[in-house]
Amino acid sequence: MTSPPPQLRSQVIALYKNLLYMGRDYPKGYAYFRDRLKSVFLKNSGVKDPDQIKVLIGRGEFVIKELEALYMLRKYRALKHRYYEKDEATTSATTSSSDKKAPTKTQ
Amino acid sequence: MAASKGLKILVGCKRVIDYAVKVRVKPDRSGVVTEGVKHSMNPFDEIAVEEAVRMKEKKLAGEAVAISVGPPQSQETLRTALAMGIDRAIHVEIPLAQLEKLQPIHVSKLLAKVCESEKPDLVILGKQAIDDDCNQTGQMLAALLDWPQATFASKIEPSQDSKQLRVTREVDGGLETIDVSVPAVVTSDLRLNEPRYATLPNIMKAKKKPLAKMSPDQLGVDLQPRQEVISVEDPPVRKAGAKVESVEDLVGKLREKGLVK
Repeated sequence: MTSPPPQLRSQVIALYKNLLYMGRDYPKGYAYFRDRLKSVFLKNSGVKDPDQIKVLIGRGEFVIKELEALYMLRKYRALKHRYYEKDEATTSATTSSSDKKAPTKTQ
Repeated sequence: MAASKGLKILVGCKRVIDYAVKVRVKPDRSGVVTEGVKHSMNPFDEIAVEEAVRMKEKKLAGEAVAISVGPPQSQETLRTALAMGIDRAIHVEIPLAQLEKLQPIHVSKLLAKVCESEKPDLVILGKQAIDDDCNQTGQMLAALLDWPQATFASKIEPSQDSKQLRVTREVDGGLETIDVSVPAVVTSDLRLNEPRYATLPNIMKAKKKPLAKMSPDQLGVDLQPRQEVISVEDPPVRKAGAKVESVEDLVGKLREKGLVK
């Protein structure tokens, strides 16, 4: 059995560590994330083809980007909800009232 | 080093209870439970850090220094700032006993002292911390240094010669654009930028970046509290609603409450 090149192995381990680190902020909790992460890596642990390993690493890196975006958006929304809800209500009220004005004029 | 070294930026970051944590009030109402609770960098300070790093990346800033006033664990917060791209960090360590009594006036005095030695061209702070919501430190710092201030910034554009900053401020019902000359104090609002995530490799690299430690005594600042917290209360609990079966029910209930006649 031929084993894949060692640099790919270290890349996979680094990817796993990075994802594990990001899991600490996961909304459903670290344990939830860790279990799923581990099972996904175990599922693909039999993959020996270097090209396919690269594809899988690429997919992992895509997940990192997605998680970063998710965390940023979640934090932004939480803050907006906490600190800006009132002016959000007023702006939506003004826009909706101006929206309402238009049809009444046409009527 | 390039001929024009750009602005030197000092960024403040506070360690606060993580935004996603449900905060609990201590039974004796003296404060909130902080033991065993996840902490992270104040989100508005993250925005300030991001702005400094972006200005550095655009070569508008030469050096970006992060400062945190807080307990020993504040070093983790500073590591996060370093991982985001800050060059070096200063930690003003406050003993745990004094931490609860620490108020914006003390923090701004400490920051002012550090500004005397660091001589930054620009201080960026978060507009407020999500734990005490004081929204005072930036304003007090500007007053103590007698520098111009631009609070609630949603855009910062340095002029060609980096002597002035054009700052767009979020004010009630709109935006205000002002020019301030450096050195100045700017506080960041939510829409200034989207902070990057401090990834594990960057956190590791940040461990090699310099982190200096100072004490309030060294800076000659008296931490005597000026205010006393009398009581910390939970927000009022929302009352449970009730489902009604039909329109008649609804009208009946509303009539009961005297909301319709």
